[in-house]
Amino acid sequence: MSIETQLSKLMGDIPDGMTEGIALGTGLADGYDLYESAIGDVVVTFNPMGVSSLDIADDGFAGRFSDRFERGLLRATAPSSWGKHIPAAIEAGRPGKIPVDLRSITAFQADVLGRTATIPRGEVRPYAWLAKEVRRPNAVRAAGSAVAKNPIPLIIPCHRVVRADGHIGNYSLGGPDNKYDLLEHEGTNPNWLEGLAVKHVRLHGDTSTGVVCHPTCHRVRAANQGDVTDFRSLQEAQDEGFRLCEICRPT
Amino acid sequence: MDEIRHSLATDLDGSFQAVVEQMSTRIYWGLRRISADHQEAEDLTQETFIRAYKALGSYDSQRIRDMKLEPWLWTIALNLGRNQMRDRSRRPTYVELEDSGIDDPEVADGRAWDQRLNCLNGHQRTAVVLRHVSGLGIGDIAEATGRPEGTVKADIHRGLAKLREIMEDER
Repeated sequence: MSIETQLSKLMGDIPDGMTEGIALGTGLADGYDLYESAIGDVVVTFNPMGVSSLDIADDGFAGRFSDRFERGLLRATAPSSWGKHIPAAIEAGRPGKIPVDLRSITAFQADVLGRTATIPRGEVRPYAWLAKEVRRPNAVRAAGSAVAKNPIPLIIPCHRVVRADGHIGNYSLGGPDNKYDLLEHEGTNPNWLEGLAVKHVRLHGDTSTGVVCHPTCHRVRAANQGDVTDFRSLQEAQDEGFRLCEICRPT
Repeated sequence: MDEIRHSLATDLDGSFQAVVEQMSTRIYWGLRRISADHQEAEDLTQETFIRAYKALGSYDSQRIRDMKLEPWLWTIALNLGRNQMRDRSRRPTYVELEDSGIDDPEVADGRAWDQRLNCLNGHQRTAVVLRHVSGLGIGDIAEATGRPEGTVKADIHRGLAKLREIMEDER
Protein backbone atom coordinates (compact mmCIF):
# COMPACT_ATOMS: atom_id res chain seq x y z
CA MET A 1 0.00 0.00 0.00
CA SER A 2 1.41 3.38 -0.99
CA ILE A 3 2.18 6.01 1.65
CA GLU A 4 -0.54 8.22 0.20
CA THR A 5 -3.13 5.46 0.60
CA GLN A 6 -2.01 4.73 4.16
CA LEU A 7 -2.23 8.43 5.06
CA SER A 8 -5.75 8.61 3.65
CA LYS A 9 -6.84 5.94 6.15
CA LEU A 10 -5.77 7.99 9.17
CA MET A 11 -9.21 9.53 9.70
CA GLY A 12 -11.68 7.91 12.07
CA ASP A 13 -14.87 9.03 13.73
CA ILE A 14 -15.19 12.47 15.22
CA PRO A 15 -14.91 12.46 19.00
CA ASP A 16 -18.12 11.97 20.98
CA GLY A 17 -19.69 15.25 21.97
CA MET A 18 -17.59 17.47 19.69
CA THR A 19 -20.50 18.54 17.48
CA GLU A 20 -22.55 19.24 20.60
CA GLY A 21 -19.62 21.21 22.04
CA ILE A 22 -19.60 23.39 18.93
CA ALA A 23 -23.37 23.92 19.20
CA LEU A 24 -22.88 25.07 22.81
CA GLY A 25 -19.89 27.26 22.00
CA THR A 26 -21.69 29.05 19.18
CA GLY A 27 -24.85 29.42 21.24
CA LEU A 28 -26.87 27.42 18.68
CA ALA A 29 -27.78 25.22 21.63
CA ASP A 30 -27.94 26.15 25.30
CA GLY A 31 -26.47 24.07 28.08
CA TYR A 32 -28.43 23.16 31.19
CA ASP A 33 -27.64 22.04 34.69
CA LEU A 34 -29.70 21.28 37.81
CA TYR A 35 -29.62 23.33 40.99
CA GLU A 36 -31.39 23.36 44.34
CA SER A 37 -33.68 26.17 45.42
CA ALA A 38 -36.09 27.02 48.24
CA ILE A 39 -38.94 25.63 46.09
CA GLY A 40 -37.18 22.44 44.97
CA ASP A 41 -34.91 21.43 42.10
CA VAL A 42 -34.65 23.86 39.21
CA VAL A 43 -33.04 23.79 35.76
CA VAL A 44 -30.80 26.67 34.74
CA THR A 45 -29.93 27.09 31.04
CA PHE A 46 -26.98 29.10 29.77
CA ASN A 47 -25.03 30.03 26.67
CA PRO A 48 -21.95 32.18 25.96
CA MET A 49 -24.04 35.34 26.57
CA GLY A 50 -25.10 34.31 30.04
CA VAL A 51 -27.93 32.57 31.89
CA SER A 52 -30.91 32.33 29.56
CA SER A 53 -33.65 30.69 31.64
CA LEU A 54 -34.64 29.03 34.88
CA ASP A 55 -37.48 26.54 35.19
CA ILE A 56 -38.87 23.83 37.45
CA ALA A 57 -36.92 20.58 36.99
CA ASP A 58 -39.78 18.36 35.87
CA ASP A 59 -40.23 16.11 32.81
CA GLY A 60 -41.48 18.97 30.64
CA PHE A 61 -38.70 21.54 30.97
CA ALA A 62 -36.87 20.61 27.74
CA GLY A 63 -40.09 20.88 25.73
CA ARG A 64 -40.97 24.23 27.27
CA PHE A 65 -37.45 25.50 26.53
CA SER A 66 -37.50 24.53 22.86
CA ASP A 67 -41.06 25.90 22.41
CA ARG A 68 -40.05 29.24 23.83
CA PHE A 69 -36.45 29.71 22.63
CA GLU A 70 -36.33 27.48 19.53
CA ARG A 71 -32.83 26.27 20.36
CA GLY A 72 -31.43 22.90 21.34
CA LEU A 73 -30.66 22.01 24.94
CA LEU A 74 -27.74 19.87 26.12
CA ARG A 75 -26.61 18.77 29.57
CA ALA A 76 -23.53 20.90 30.20
CA THR A 77 -21.34 22.76 32.64
CA ALA A 78 -21.72 26.53 32.88
CA PRO A 79 -18.69 28.65 31.89
CA SER A 80 -16.14 28.47 34.68
CA SER A 81 -15.78 32.25 34.91
CA TRP A 82 -19.30 32.77 36.33
CA GLY A 83 -20.98 29.34 36.57
CA LYS A 84 -19.86 28.90 40.17
CA HIS A 85 -21.93 31.94 41.20
CA ILE A 86 -25.25 30.43 40.03
CA PRO A 87 -26.21 28.73 43.36
CA ALA A 88 -25.56 31.97 45.28
CA ALA A 89 -27.59 33.98 42.75
CA ILE A 90 -30.55 31.59 43.13
CA GLU A 91 -30.42 31.80 46.91
CA ALA A 92 -29.92 35.60 46.99
CA GLY A 93 -32.51 36.29 44.28
CA ARG A 94 -30.12 38.62 42.50
CA PRO A 95 -28.01 38.10 39.32
CA GLY A 96 -24.91 39.66 40.92
CA LYS A 97 -21.87 38.54 38.93
CA ILE A 98 -23.87 36.44 36.48
CA PRO A 99 -24.46 37.77 32.96
CA VAL A 100 -28.05 37.28 31.78
CA ASP A 101 -29.21 36.64 28.22
CA LEU A 102 -32.49 38.54 27.74
CA ARG A 103 -32.62 38.38 23.92
CA SER A 104 -35.98 36.61 24.14
CA ILE A 105 -37.75 39.76 25.38
CA THR A 106 -37.98 43.41 24.29
CA ALA A 107 -35.68 46.21 25.50
CA PHE A 108 -38.55 47.66 27.58
CA GLN A 109 -39.20 44.28 29.18
CA ALA A 110 -35.49 43.84 29.90
CA ASP A 111 -35.47 47.28 31.48
CA VAL A 112 -38.38 46.31 33.74
CA LEU A 113 -36.62 43.09 34.75
CA GLY A 114 -33.43 45.05 35.41
CA ARG A 115 -35.37 47.15 37.92
CA THR A 116 -37.02 44.03 39.35
CA ALA A 117 -33.55 42.73 40.14
CA THR A 118 -32.95 45.74 42.42
CA ILE A 119 -35.85 44.91 44.80
CA PRO A 120 -34.13 43.89 48.04
CA ARG A 121 -34.60 40.44 49.53
CA GLY A 122 -37.36 40.51 52.11
CA GLU A 123 -39.26 43.32 50.36
CA VAL A 124 -41.93 43.55 47.64
CA ARG A 125 -43.05 46.24 45.18
CA PRO A 126 -46.22 46.66 43.09
CA TYR A 127 -46.22 46.67 39.26
CA ALA A 128 -46.91 50.42 39.28
CA TRP A 129 -43.61 50.96 41.06
CA LEU A 130 -41.75 49.14 38.25
CA ALA A 131 -43.54 51.21 35.59
CA LYS A 132 -42.53 54.40 37.36
CA GLU A 133 -38.96 53.22 37.86
CA VAL A 134 -38.50 52.69 34.10
CA ARG A 135 -40.05 56.16 33.50
CA ARG A 136 -43.23 54.78 31.92
CA PRO A 137 -45.69 55.41 34.81
CA ASN A 138 -48.71 54.66 32.61
CA ALA A 139 -47.31 51.36 31.36
CA VAL A 140 -48.38 49.36 34.42
CA ARG A 141 -49.93 46.55 32.38
CA ALA A 142 -46.89 46.37 30.12
CA ALA A 143 -44.67 46.17 33.21
CA GLY A 144 -46.89 43.35 34.47
CA SER A 145 -46.54 41.42 31.25
CA ALA A 146 -42.75 41.97 31.30
CA VAL A 147 -42.62 40.39 34.74
CA ALA A 148 -44.82 37.51 33.53
CA LYS A 149 -42.32 36.92 30.69
CA ASN A 150 -39.32 36.84 33.03
CA PRO A 151 -37.25 33.97 31.59
CA ILE A 152 -35.04 33.74 34.70
CA PRO A 153 -37.31 33.70 37.77
CA LEU A 154 -35.66 33.33 41.21
CA ILE A 155 -32.43 34.92 39.93
CA ILE A 156 -34.41 37.89 38.62
CA PRO A 157 -36.74 38.04 41.64
CA CYS A 158 -40.18 38.59 40.06
CA HIS A 159 -41.63 36.87 43.13
CA ARG A 160 -41.01 40.23 44.86
CA VAL A 161 -43.49 41.98 42.57
CA VAL A 162 -47.10 42.08 43.83
CA ARG A 163 -50.39 43.30 42.45
CA ALA A 164 -51.33 46.97 42.54
CA ASP A 165 -53.97 46.20 45.19
CA GLY A 166 -51.29 44.67 47.40
CA HIS A 167 -52.36 41.04 46.94
CA ILE A 168 -49.52 38.58 46.33
CA GLY A 169 -50.80 37.68 42.84
CA ASN A 170 -49.83 34.94 40.43
CA TYR A 171 -46.42 33.42 39.80
CA SER A 172 -45.02 31.91 36.62
CA LEU A 173 -42.74 29.39 38.33
CA GLY A 174 -45.19 26.75 39.46
CA GLY A 175 -48.00 29.01 40.69
CA PRO A 176 -48.80 31.28 43.67
CA ASP A 177 -47.97 28.69 46.35
CA ASN A 178 -44.34 28.91 45.32
CA LYS A 179 -44.49 32.71 45.54
CA TYR A 180 -45.78 32.39 49.12
CA ASP A 181 -43.03 29.95 50.01
CA LEU A 182 -40.32 32.12 48.47
CA LEU A 183 -41.46 35.29 50.23
CA GLU A 184 -41.63 33.42 53.51
CA HIS A 185 -38.16 31.96 52.89
CA GLU A 186 -36.86 35.50 52.42
CA GLY A 187 -38.40 36.78 55.64
CA THR A 188 -41.47 38.48 54.19
CA ASN A 189 -44.71 37.32 55.82
CA PRO A 190 -47.15 36.70 52.92
CA ASN A 191 -50.15 36.45 55.27
CA TRP A 192 -49.29 39.85 56.70
CA LEU A 193 -49.09 41.26 53.14
CA GLU A 194 -52.47 39.73 52.25
CA GLY A 195 -53.91 41.21 55.47
CA LEU A 196 -52.75 44.69 54.48
CA ALA A 197 -54.25 44.20 51.00
CA VAL A 198 -57.63 43.23 52.46
CA LYS A 199 -57.57 46.41 54.57
CA HIS A 200 -56.55 48.40 51.43
CA VAL A 201 -53.36 49.52 53.18
CA ARG A 202 -50.78 50.35 50.50
CA LEU A 203 -48.21 52.37 52.43
CA HIS A 204 -46.80 52.85 55.89
CA GLY A 205 -45.74 56.20 57.33
CA ASP A 206 -43.37 56.75 60.24
CA THR A 207 -44.89 59.59 62.30
CA SER A 208 -41.56 60.21 64.09
CA THR A 209 -39.78 61.04 60.83
CA GLY A 210 -42.67 62.02 58.53
CA VAL A 211 -41.47 59.57 55.88
CA VAL A 212 -43.83 57.29 53.93
CA CYS A 213 -42.64 53.90 52.59
CA HIS A 214 -43.80 50.69 50.98
CA PRO A 215 -44.82 48.48 53.93
CA THR A 216 -41.90 46.07 53.39
CA CYS A 217 -39.22 48.79 53.08
CA HIS A 218 -36.56 48.02 55.68
CA ARG A 219 -36.65 51.67 56.77
CA VAL A 220 -40.26 51.71 58.01
CA ARG A 221 -39.96 48.16 59.34
CA ALA A 222 -37.12 49.34 61.57
CA ALA A 223 -39.37 52.11 62.96
CA ASN A 224 -41.00 51.88 66.37
CA GLN A 225 -44.31 50.03 65.68
CA GLY A 226 -46.21 52.65 67.71
CA ASP A 227 -45.07 55.31 65.24
CA VAL A 228 -46.27 53.47 62.12
CA THR A 229 -49.49 54.66 60.48
CA ASP A 230 -51.45 53.17 57.56
CA PHE A 231 -52.17 54.90 54.26
CA ARG A 232 -54.47 53.79 51.46
CA SER A 233 -52.76 55.94 48.86
CA LEU A 234 -49.78 58.17 48.30
CA GLN A 235 -52.13 61.14 48.02
CA GLU A 236 -53.43 60.44 51.52
CA ALA A 237 -49.88 60.40 52.92
CA GLN A 238 -48.87 63.55 51.07
CA ASP A 239 -52.03 65.35 52.24
CA GLU A 240 -50.89 64.66 55.79
CA GLY A 241 -47.48 66.17 55.00
CA PHE A 242 -45.47 62.95 54.70
CA ARG A 243 -42.51 62.94 52.31
CA LEU A 244 -41.51 60.02 50.10
CA CYS A 245 -38.85 57.60 51.27
CA GLU A 246 -35.88 58.01 48.92
CA ILE A 247 -34.89 54.37 49.43
CA CYS A 248 -38.11 52.59 48.33
CA ARG A 249 -39.56 55.50 46.30
CA PRO A 250 -43.23 54.63 47.03
CA THR A 251 -45.93 54.86 44.38
CA MET B 1 -20.68 22.95 -1.44
CA ASP B 2 -22.39 25.72 -3.45
CA GLU B 3 -25.65 24.73 -1.86
CA ILE B 4 -24.28 24.98 1.65
CA ARG B 5 -22.77 28.40 0.98
CA HIS B 6 -26.10 29.57 -0.33
CA SER B 7 -27.97 28.38 2.75
CA LEU B 8 -25.28 29.84 5.05
CA ALA B 9 -25.74 33.19 3.36
CA THR B 10 -29.50 33.15 3.85
CA ASP B 11 -29.91 31.23 7.13
CA LEU B 12 -26.71 31.02 9.16
CA ASP B 13 -28.27 29.56 12.32
CA GLY B 14 -30.28 27.00 10.41
CA SER B 15 -27.45 25.70 8.25
CA PHE B 16 -24.29 26.05 10.33
CA GLN B 17 -24.74 22.63 11.90
CA ALA B 18 -24.62 21.12 8.40
CA VAL B 19 -21.22 22.78 7.84
CA VAL B 20 -20.01 21.31 11.11
CA GLU B 21 -21.24 17.86 10.12
CA GLN B 22 -19.69 18.07 6.69
CA MET B 23 -16.28 19.41 7.64
CA SER B 24 -15.48 18.69 11.28
CA THR B 25 -14.18 15.17 10.60
CA ARG B 26 -11.54 16.35 8.11
CA ILE B 27 -10.56 19.27 10.30
CA TYR B 28 -10.35 17.26 13.52
CA TRP B 29 -8.29 14.46 11.97
CA GLY B 30 -6.06 16.91 10.12
CA LEU B 31 -5.39 18.81 13.33
CA ARG B 32 -4.95 15.55 15.17
CA ARG B 33 -2.20 14.41 12.76
CA ILE B 34 -0.57 17.84 12.87
CA SER B 35 -0.65 18.16 16.67
CA ALA B 36 -0.46 14.44 17.61
CA ASP B 37 -2.81 15.28 20.49
CA HIS B 38 -6.48 14.30 20.78
CA GLN B 39 -7.47 16.95 23.31
CA GLU B 40 -5.68 19.74 21.50
CA ALA B 41 -7.20 18.74 18.15
CA GLU B 42 -10.68 18.58 19.69
CA ASP B 43 -10.32 21.97 21.40
CA LEU B 44 -8.92 23.57 18.24
CA THR B 45 -11.68 22.10 16.06
CA GLN B 46 -14.39 23.40 18.38
CA GLU B 47 -12.77 26.79 18.63
CA THR B 48 -12.34 26.95 14.84
CA PHE B 49 -16.05 26.43 14.24
CA ILE B 50 -17.06 28.80 17.04
CA ARG B 51 -14.84 31.55 15.56
CA ALA B 52 -16.11 30.77 12.07
CA TYR B 53 -19.72 31.09 13.22
CA LYS B 54 -19.03 34.47 14.81
CA ALA B 55 -17.18 35.70 11.72
CA LEU B 56 -19.91 34.52 9.34
CA GLY B 57 -22.45 36.41 11.42
CA SER B 58 -20.63 39.64 10.63
CA TYR B 59 -20.21 38.98 6.88
CA ASP B 60 -22.75 40.08 4.30
CA SER B 61 -24.42 37.38 2.25
CA GLN B 62 -22.49 38.10 -0.95
CA ARG B 63 -19.18 37.62 0.87
CA ILE B 64 -20.36 34.26 2.19
CA ARG B 65 -21.51 33.14 -1.28
CA ASP B 66 -18.09 34.05 -2.72
CA MET B 67 -15.93 32.41 -0.11
CA LYS B 68 -14.10 29.09 -0.25
CA LEU B 69 -15.32 27.57 2.97
CA GLU B 70 -12.87 24.76 3.61
CA PRO B 71 -9.57 26.64 3.08
CA TRP B 72 -11.05 29.53 5.06
CA LEU B 73 -11.82 27.20 7.99
CA TRP B 74 -8.30 25.81 7.76
CA THR B 75 -6.82 29.32 7.88
CA ILE B 76 -8.66 29.86 11.16
CA ALA B 77 -7.63 26.44 12.49
CA LEU B 78 -3.95 26.86 11.64
CA ASN B 79 -3.80 30.38 13.09
CA LEU B 80 -5.46 29.18 16.28
CA GLY B 81 -2.98 26.32 16.46
CA ARG B 82 -0.07 28.73 16.22
CA ASN B 83 -1.54 31.04 18.88
CA GLN B 84 -2.30 28.09 21.10
CA MET B 85 1.32 26.95 20.93
CA ARG B 86 2.34 30.46 21.88
CA ASP B 87 0.01 30.85 24.81
CA ARG B 88 -1.86 27.89 26.20
CA SER B 89 -3.01 29.60 29.36
CA ARG B 90 -5.16 32.30 27.79
CA ARG B 91 -7.90 30.11 26.39
CA PRO B 92 -11.43 31.44 26.63
CA THR B 93 -13.96 29.52 28.70
CA TYR B 94 -17.09 28.21 27.10
CA VAL B 95 -20.18 26.35 28.03
CA GLU B 96 -18.89 22.78 27.95
CA LEU B 97 -20.54 19.40 27.69
CA GLU B 98 -20.56 17.67 31.02
CA ASP B 99 -18.26 14.83 29.96
CA SER B 100 -16.38 16.08 26.92
CA GLY B 101 -12.98 14.97 25.75
CA ILE B 102 -12.81 11.61 27.47
CA ASP B 103 -13.19 9.14 24.62
CA ASP B 104 -10.31 9.10 22.19
CA PRO B 105 -11.40 7.84 18.75
CA GLU B 106 -7.80 7.08 17.58
CA VAL B 107 -7.41 4.92 14.46
CA ALA B 108 -5.15 1.88 14.06
CA ASP B 109 -1.51 2.90 13.42
CA GLY B 110 -2.33 6.51 14.38
CA ARG B 111 0.41 6.71 16.95
CA ALA B 112 3.02 5.15 14.65
CA TRP B 113 2.17 7.67 11.94
CA ASP B 114 2.35 10.57 14.40
CA GLN B 115 5.91 9.50 15.20
CA ARG B 116 6.84 9.39 11.52
CA LEU B 117 5.15 12.73 10.79
CA ASN B 118 7.02 14.20 13.72
CA CYS B 119 10.25 13.84 11.72
CA LEU B 120 8.98 16.35 9.13
CA ASN B 121 9.34 20.08 9.56
CA GLY B 122 6.15 22.05 10.38
CA HIS B 123 5.42 23.18 6.81
CA GLN B 124 5.95 19.71 5.38
CA ARG B 125 3.84 18.06 8.04
CA THR B 126 0.95 20.50 7.58
CA ALA B 127 1.07 20.23 3.78
CA VAL B 128 1.27 16.41 3.74
CA VAL B 129 -1.55 16.06 6.27
CA LEU B 130 -3.83 18.56 4.52
CA ARG B 131 -3.21 16.92 1.15
CA HIS B 132 -3.31 13.23 2.03
CA VAL B 133 -5.18 12.92 5.34
CA SER B 134 -7.79 15.68 5.00
CA GLY B 135 -7.82 15.45 1.19
CA LEU B 136 -7.48 19.13 0.22
CA GLY B 137 -6.28 20.20 -3.24
CA ILE B 138 -2.98 22.06 -3.72
CA GLY B 139 -4.77 25.37 -4.39
CA ASP B 140 -6.81 25.09 -1.18
CA ILE B 141 -3.71 24.24 0.86
CA ALA B 142 -1.91 27.27 -0.60
CA GLU B 143 -4.86 29.43 0.40
CA ALA B 144 -5.13 27.92 3.87
CA THR B 145 -1.42 28.22 4.67
CA GLY B 146 -0.74 31.46 2.80
CA ARG B 147 2.14 29.83 0.91
CA PRO B 148 2.56 29.72 -2.90
CA GLU B 149 1.33 26.59 -4.68
CA GLY B 150 4.83 25.71 -5.88
CA THR B 151 6.12 25.83 -2.32
CA VAL B 152 3.23 23.68 -1.11
CA LYS B 153 3.96 21.10 -3.82
CA ALA B 154 7.62 21.04 -2.82
CA ASP B 155 6.69 20.68 0.88
CA ILE B 156 4.46 17.71 0.06
CA HIS B 157 7.07 16.14 -2.23
CA ARG B 158 9.86 16.45 0.33
CA GLY B 159 7.61 15.37 3.17
CA LEU B 160 6.52 12.20 1.35
CA ALA B 161 10.13 11.45 0.41
CA LYS B 162 11.17 11.69 4.04
CA LEU B 163 8.28 9.44 5.12
CA ARG B 164 9.36 6.87 2.52
CA GLU B 165 12.90 6.92 3.93
CA ILE B 166 11.58 6.48 7.47
CA MET B 167 9.40 3.54 6.38
CA GLU B 168 12.40 1.87 4.71
CA ASP B 169 14.46 2.33 7.88
CA GLU B 170 11.70 0.66 9.86
CA ARG B 171 11.96 -2.55 7.84
